Amino acid sequence: MASWDWQLYCTDMVTAEVAPKCFGAPGYDTYLDAMMRGWGWTMFVSILGLLVALVAGSLIGVLRTAPNKKLALLGEAWTELFRNIPLIVQLFVWYHVIPRLFPVLDLPPSVLVVIAIGLFTSARVAEQVKAGILTLPKGQRYAGQALGMTLPQTYRYVLLPMAFRIVIPPLTSESMNIVKNSAVAFAVSIPDLAQFSLQASEQSSFVQIFLPVTILYFVSAYAINRVAKVIEWYVRVPGILGAK
Amino acid sequence: MTQLDFSFLTWDVLVSFVSKGLWFSLQLTFSAMVGGIVLGTLLALMRLSGKWWLEKPAAIYVDTLRSIPLVMVILWFYLLLPFATGALGWSNFAPETTALITFTLFEATYYSEIMRAGIQSVSKGQVFAGYALGMNYKQTMGLVVLPQAFRNMLPVLLTQTIVLFQDTSLVYAIGAYDLLKGFVSAGSNFNRPMETYLVAALVYLVICFSLSMLVRRLQKKIAIIR
Repeated sequence: MASWDWQLYCTDMVTAEVAPKCFGAPGYDTYLDAMMRGWGWTMFVSILGLLVALVAGSLIGVLRTAPNKKLALLGEAWTELFRNIPLIVQLFVWYHVIPRLFPVLDLPPSVLVVIAIGLFTSARVAEQVKAGILTLPKGQRYAGQALGMTLPQTYRYVLLPMAFRIVIPPLTSESMNIVKNSAVAFAVSIPDLAQFSLQASEQSSFVQIFLPVTILYFVSAYAINRVAKVIEWYVRVPGILGAK
Repeated sequence: MTQLDFSFLTWDVLVSFVSKGLWFSLQLTFSAMVGGIVLGTLLALMRLSGKWWLEKPAAIYVDTLRSIPLVMVILWFYLLLPFATGALGWSNFAPETTALITFTLFEATYYSEIMRAGIQSVSKGQVFAGYALGMNYKQTMGLVVLPQAFRNMLPVLLTQTIVLFQDTSLVYAIGAYDLLKGFVSAGSNFNRPMETYLVAALVYLVICFSLSMLVRRLQKKIAIIR
């Protein structure tokens, strides 16, 4: 292993010239610039993917508990489809196959990657949401209907507010997983952190590149964990679920 | 719209390109499962030992590996292993060998969390009963607690193995020849990448879906006995 040379982060990636400023020096593209750009991509893909996963996953999770058998089956099929294919294969299909089969979906690569990671995670979110709804006593559903609420109203005002609070802890670990899973996007040349570490380590000692990148992943996942904990505290219902 | 044409994917093509990769994926999954469960059980025992000098290293090992993306873990090991064993004069690793070592060490952390939950699910009375019969710690663990923990956790261990099978596709990062790589090279050879990606997805889907159905069945069987 070569000796440490942290000045590397202040040098230009192409010309190997030392920039006057390590970050954001005009006319230079330092390693630090590239790493921060990669981090931006990682967070972009993770956060948008998480949004897609939460929206699609909640919808599918609700469908899977619907009394309508056909809708429930559709939800089950969705979950099995997106859970039983490795993420990297799903990425390849979204990136290489879908845009050419369906010209409507000829979207920029970043959007395709967000869709791929989002739908992959939606299967896991759906699993948690379904479990959350099923842990509620049946009486809650009946009570809602007895009060004259329609089925959508029962879900909106009775079941989901409790179910979502129950599934916040498992959804938190799913949100941390999405940051880790986003690293797979390197395979379709999204310039994220993983891609940066691959390219940058070709020209220098890999430990020096990999260590900060790994720490950045760690910090990002931990930050999401903290945000989720704040949300969990904020929406807690006094008297239940360990809230004080 | 591009036309799909699967006619090039004959049996001979599948055998010559894909079978070798499928075999490696299965081998990798199986050995990482066996090695991972053994190592994971040891880690779980360390974390439950009540001795800080066993607990702390195991906890740091498990928590660190679990919070890093698997892709990064694979790349770290790929580049670090030759250094670590260089002193032994053993520094040329095929990506396949690296993958075997990496997945065993990485999946052990996931299996250890499962085994930890499994050991904790065995009631305290069982441990006391073991001691009352004059067994020592080793005997109580090996003959009373672990067999029950293992049985309780069997469905979860197998589900994790399905996840492991899917994860093996990430050896793409270091170019090992696995199931996915088999399809990718068939696709580039016949200039039909789209078809091979679709078939690869289908093959993974069929394998993982049937395995998870089997696990679900097993779960029902075990649930009756308990």
